[in-house]
Amino acid sequence: MKPVAIKPGVHWVGAVDWDRRNFHGYSRSPMGTTYNAFLIEDEKNTLIDTVEDRFAHKLLCNVAHIMEPAKVDYIVVNHVEPDHSGALPELVKACNPEKVFCSPMGEKAIKEYYGAQDWPIHVVKSGESLSIGKRTLHFLETRMLHWPDSMMTYVAPDKILVSSDGFGQNIASSERFTDEIDQRDLEVQLARYYANIVLPFSSVTLKILDQVAKSGWDIDMIAPDHGLIWRGEGVGYAVEAYRRYALQKPANRAVIFYDTMWRSTEKMAHAIASGLADAGTPVKVMSLKSDHHSDVMAEVFASGAVIAGSATHNNGVLPLVSAMLTYMKGLKPQNKIGAAFGSYGWSGEALKDMTEFMVGMHFEMIEGVRAKNRPGHDQLKACVDLGRRVAQALQAKVAAV
Amino acid sequence: MDKYVCNVCGYVYDPEEGDPENGVSPGTSFDKIPDDWACPVCGAPKSEFAKEE
Repeated sequence: MKPVAIKPGVHWVGAVDWDRRNFHGYSRSPMGTTYNAFLIEDEKNTLIDTVEDRFAHKLLCNVAHIMEPAKVDYIVVNHVEPDHSGALPELVKACNPEKVFCSPMGEKAIKEYYGAQDWPIHVVKSGESLSIGKRTLHFLETRMLHWPDSMMTYVAPDKILVSSDGFGQNIASSERFTDEIDQRDLEVQLARYYANIVLPFSSVTLKILDQVAKSGWDIDMIAPDHGLIWRGEGVGYAVEAYRRYALQKPANRAVIFYDTMWRSTEKMAHAIASGLADAGTPVKVMSLKSDHHSDVMAEVFASGAVIAGSATHNNGVLPLVSAMLTYMKGLKPQNKIGAAFGSYGWSGEALKDMTEFMVGMHFEMIEGVRAKNRPGHDQLKACVDLGRRVAQALQAKVAAV
Repeated sequence: MDKYVCNVCGYVYDPEEGDPENGVSPGTSFDKIPDDWACPVCGAPKSEFAKEE
């Protein structure tokens, strides 16, 4: 994709990764992704962020459409994760910039990743600003959204907040603005990105949203490092969505994820789902053999109740369930009702193991159901009842918020 | 002496090691660290730390 002027003198010069389906090695990205970088023409020509290393040539080519790379005076590094800084060594070589700006933690990370002993690094802290001519860049450190080095850059007077990984979405497209694509796709990808990447840092996110609000910056464009750029009404939408996500208020919706050996645990999953639906709580049933853990996580994030099922295998839970629970724990979802279920052949520890795991995550647990060998009528009835009990508890919790 | 964990990034403050880079010498218990000290990894304030269980 060629450069796009997002404001007079401010150009998108990033790269579209149409083919990316595995984001960062752990999360699916069914719509691909984008690495956004922005080039500002001013007395000091400034490049904000770069792209993954294998797209360095695209970035250089896009820069060259606007100016000779050697004319780039400053490079601002908002985030050192390799999808945003991988092309940095090549860009530093081609541009020979007068200065490279980054946060205090960014300096450490740049040196650790790229050596970079002779780069003209200048550390900027929260609240500092930098005149580049007609424009001033204001910096806000956003540590742990979602790495220690993360920061955002506000471009005045263009009213653009370059927000790094905040407000991003994994979308590859020929369009550059969020209002140009299907809004349901946008919503799904925004939430999915939050659920799998930003979620553990929700308390930090709320603080950063407050800092941005207090900064007095007049923002009419939010330009994240992945996906499309928010403008107009989209800015308010993105900020409101992030506040809602970070608060993690419970929703009347449930997800059941499970793995099964001889389909007994699967039958139980379906019976629990039936109980939930009958009692008025929409539910999604996800087999971990079919659904990727990051897809399940997006449902966990959207759901007020999370129900895990596993047959007992070698006195514990099945490996896919164990992996899912570990992945979920790392993302620290809050305010969830939890329950567990599963069949077993002789000892039946899976129920206890899953329950303890979710207790450790501070889930509000509803007592689960076990079935020996094949669930009979009574056990399936108990599963339907478990679904109903979860639905009632969840609806009461939602009503109390 | 107890170790303390940063709720934000998971960094563990070990009193035996201290945080010499930021002026906290080895052997300093968590409650003796100055109030304006912040997590050396993510910058979270002291109030974000919890005793390691």
